[in-house]
Amino acid sequence: MAEKIQAILDHQQIEVAPGTSILEAAALVNVKIPTLCHHDDLQVAGNCRVCLVEIEGRDVLEAACATPLSQGMVIHTLSPKVRRARRDIVSLLVSEHKTQCTTCFRSMNCELQSLSAEYNVDNVTYQSLLDESEPVDNSSWSIEKDTSKCIRCQRCIRSCSDIQHVNALDVFGRGSNMKISTFMNLPMNEIVCTNCGQCVVHCPTGALTERRYNNEVWDALGDPEKFVAINTAPSVRAGLGEMFGLAPGTPVTGKMVAALRKMGFDAVLDTDFAADLTIMEEGSELLQRLTMKFRDGKDIPIPMLTSCSPGWVKFIEHMYADLLGHLSTAKSPQQMFGAVLKTYYAQKKGLNPQDIVCVAGMPCAAKKYEANRPEMKASGFQDVDMGLTTRELGYMIKQAGIDFNSLPDEDFDPVMGESSGAGAIFGTTGGVMEAALRTVYEIITDREIPFSNLDIQPVRGMQEIKEASLLLENCKPEYSFLEGLELKIAVVHGLTNARDIMNQVAAGESPYHFIEIMACPGGCIGGGGAPIPTTKEIREQRALALYKEDAGKPVRKSHENPEIKQIYDEFLKEPLSDISHRLLHTHYQKRRRY
Amino acid sequence: MNENENHSSGIIKKSDLIFAQYKTMYTVLESSLQLSAEQIIETMLDSGLRGRGGAGFPTAKKWQAAASVPAVQRFVICNADEGEPGTFKDKAILRQVPRKVLTGMALCAKAIQATEGYIYLRAEYRNLADELQAHIDIFHEYCDRFKLDFRVKIFMGQGAYVCGEETALIESMEGKRGEPRNKPPFPTEVGYLGKPTVVNNVETFATAMIIFKVGASEYKKLGTPDSRGSKLFSVSGDTRKPGVHELELGMSLYDFVKEFGDGDTKAVQVGGAAGMCVPRREFKNTIIGFEGVPTGGSMILFNSKRSMYNVLHNYLDFFNQESCGQCTPCRVGCQQLLLGTEAVKKGEKDTVYLEQLIRLTETMRIGSKCGLGRSVGNAFNSIVENFKEEILY
Amino acid sequence: MPESSITENRFEKEIVSRAIDQFGCDRENLLPVLGFIRDEHRYLSIEIMREVASRFNMSSAEVYGVASFYHFLPTEPRGKNLISVCKTIVCDMHGRADVVAVIQDMLKINFDQTTADSNFSLQAVNCIGCCDEAPAMLINDKPYTKLDATRTREILKRYYP
Repeated sequence: MAEKIQAILDHQQIEVAPGTSILEAAALVNVKIPTLCHHDDLQVAGNCRVCLVEIEGRDVLEAACATPLSQGMVIHTLSPKVRRARRDIVSLLVSEHKTQCTTCFRSMNCELQSLSAEYNVDNVTYQSLLDESEPVDNSSWSIEKDTSKCIRCQRCIRSCSDIQHVNALDVFGRGSNMKISTFMNLPMNEIVCTNCGQCVVHCPTGALTERRYNNEVWDALGDPEKFVAINTAPSVRAGLGEMFGLAPGTPVTGKMVAALRKMGFDAVLDTDFAADLTIMEEGSELLQRLTMKFRDGKDIPIPMLTSCSPGWVKFIEHMYADLLGHLSTAKSPQQMFGAVLKTYYAQKKGLNPQDIVCVAGMPCAAKKYEANRPEMKASGFQDVDMGLTTRELGYMIKQAGIDFNSLPDEDFDPVMGESSGAGAIFGTTGGVMEAALRTVYEIITDREIPFSNLDIQPVRGMQEIKEASLLLENCKPEYSFLEGLELKIAVVHGLTNARDIMNQVAAGESPYHFIEIMACPGGCIGGGGAPIPTTKEIREQRALALYKEDAGKPVRKSHENPEIKQIYDEFLKEPLSDISHRLLHTHYQKRRRY
Repeated sequence: MNENENHSSGIIKKSDLIFAQYKTMYTVLESSLQLSAEQIIETMLDSGLRGRGGAGFPTAKKWQAAASVPAVQRFVICNADEGEPGTFKDKAILRQVPRKVLTGMALCAKAIQATEGYIYLRAEYRNLADELQAHIDIFHEYCDRFKLDFRVKIFMGQGAYVCGEETALIESMEGKRGEPRNKPPFPTEVGYLGKPTVVNNVETFATAMIIFKVGASEYKKLGTPDSRGSKLFSVSGDTRKPGVHELELGMSLYDFVKEFGDGDTKAVQVGGAAGMCVPRREFKNTIIGFEGVPTGGSMILFNSKRSMYNVLHNYLDFFNQESCGQCTPCRVGCQQLLLGTEAVKKGEKDTVYLEQLIRLTETMRIGSKCGLGRSVGNAFNSIVENFKEEILY
Repeated sequence: MPESSITENRFEKEIVSRAIDQFGCDRENLLPVLGFIRDEHRYLSIEIMREVASRFNMSSAEVYGVASFYHFLPTEPRGKNLISVCKTIVCDMHGRADVVAVIQDMLKINFDQTTADSNFSLQAVNCIGCCDEAPAMLINDKPYTKLDATRTREILKRYYP
């Protein structure tokens, strides 16, 4: 055991393990050192220099985030020397930033704005270095890049590299010409980008934001000719409360429904319904693949990979285009929802699908892109018209003058508003797997999955790669060929982890039958459209909210959702039927890797 | 040399160690390789040699540190990224006495048990590469003959001043942007490819060889207690004797100017753009060495016809381009200094704005990540404070 | 640039292959590889950077990030002969302006431009270590010092096609 480090921080004696940074040590004794380039999700950069501290005996200041404590160090985090330098540094950052706070989407949620207010920074000490020669890049359906608001902290770059291993963004040039951009400064829609939006959630300012559609949604709501239906993903109800000052992990399903209704949506429906539908289709596809392989001896790509995360889907299209056969053809819940909204729902309600506007509230940036994929027109119309992030939804509720926290709880509208607990946990890593296993195991064995309370603990939690296996015994006669099979599954989140698991698949060494992959860390609850900040602790709290929702549901399995039974009875016939294939399944395309 | 000149240089001690041409090949290497690693480091410690690149870190300490970190592989890197404006002495060494440099590297390799060495040669010196490679090839034959398992490769820089900073240089060799790293860890612990690495300047390695040639006790008779030995100076600007000169450390700038000036010297920039500008009235009080104004060897003389505003503007423009841009104080600070200086000159900003800019250089000095940002204020403050009227009008 | 049009790029593949054959494709070989390609092709084109990325298993943005850091790894087309005029203070003091005037007059180009016949490109660079013989410039790798108008004119003519 290495010796503990003794040091003094702001007159407090502290004792920490070797390797602890000054910033981490300060947090342990509740000393707050301001930061900008630092984020708990990311590697240390030490480049903004806002966290400078004074160490006795050293003439220059050191970055608290990048400096490990050493024996006997005496640290001052707020000496006059530190304060002066820190204020100066914030002033310098402000001088290269477009201080357009009144009209910025990140106003009141901007780390530079807060620091600049805390340190009473002015904009006369230094001259403006603002370069507005570069227009805002809104070429992407998902992400807007405004270089004039960039403070070069490189959090986006590290998100794209550490978490996602995509490296779509990087630093270019140097000195006064140094900036953060794309390969050859190409527009965002022409580069290898998954649209996951992790750069957006980790950006401290308004330099990277989601492309916003809230004005279009307001216009639709104000158009009497239109029937505007919104569906909200599970993670929205787990995160939306944070937009109104509630603690992370406060479930606000009922209030959210009430708010959306007040805003004038003609139907307030549940993406969770479509999540249940996804389980029916994707689960059936898994069974079909297992049948073809183990009964018919066909060469069918196994493991099957989940396809509900559009960031992940675009990732595999770019990075592992040769393995697209492994990807489930089932659409994501959002796209299934749109396709049945403008067919099944329209018929049931006697609506002209042309007049229906499908709005999706998602914790996601990539969903905006997914809605606009050219092939997503199964209903004969664009299946999903507009995607909103949790953040945009929060702002829209505020714009509507709604006092969110005092709203009563209300229920989703009927027809595509009912869901099982399995649908709810879709929003967190392991959730899709858990939901699928609850249904698939039962179809194979006619018994409930052998986990206490149906909670499949091995796939829960924030571990980077989770694996489990499930012995199939006493199978129903029609699945006798699976008797004795140890069904092996894996769950990964974050594309860096996905890459590891995919390299195994590419090498033909994957031991698994079924793998759940989510682009974002923690799954959708850590999505690119989730409230900011999103940290490891916050993701954990949001996940708990979803498990709580699941536990409280009368129906816990997708196939037992009465509305799911109804849609198959009345409309789809059965999973993987012709109409299901036409509406609920899709195809993929190879994309450039470099 | 006439009598007068001889007289005036009484205090300027010239020496001729570095460029001395030896008749035999690698005899110092052969004899020194009889020493153990510990003895080599001991000799270096005894010599008191401090790095010749400008920062002046004790060379033996670096070698000792790298040797003491457990590792299966270690590296010796010769920093030939001589980019400081007004410096060209490493070029002269590599051209005239490359064997000394290679010997110094070999001794370091023996001291830290490294088998691979690199010379990071700046892009602008590419014309030296072929000849240098020929010397390396011969050197390798001698290594084999002396049973020293050591190979040296040239690594071409691609044009970036900041790569002279040792961690930036390592990043660059690793195929990355040459951005300085956070320290600790230092390269002697986590260096090239994560292995303990000694990075020394060209002149430092050449001087190491000389120490083994003449002996540490002889060597340290040169110079002063704080600044042992002699050193190469790159002399340029308004001088009668432009070129590379080997001088003992510890001389006064007054004596230096007497020797090298054109009779009308109003200021000397000691240490390049990152160094200090010393005005005439300070010449007598200024000692060249670690106890006074340290220098990597760049000495640029300005006579009274020169505009110090132009000098300052040229330096600030240089830093604006050569800052790597990653840390705030340096990236934004350099731009503000340039813009602010121009604004004051044009009368768009009040005279007192210069004081704000001087305060900014303090933030840059104590807040920047590496030596580049930390030293921008040297030139700025010394020029602004000593030549204020030239900056203003 | 439609994503479907992923072309063959035989030329780029060939040049990158030769560089990698000589230096390898571990990350620490990136600068030597880019330098080799620059010597052969004068600059790093979009397709070359993509090919390098694929061989080094990096993103193309990372390759561009590295190239754009270094003064001598251009990503825009360059002429056959690159004139790098030193702009540091000592050259400035000793008549750099005259040298630049002559070059611009002869070649009719400004800094960061290339002549119509692609024979010359002109750039200003920081100290090239020739201050004792200022003013100085490099043409490709070769330094020319103690320049004045006449000498510059005479030197440039040697590089005429």
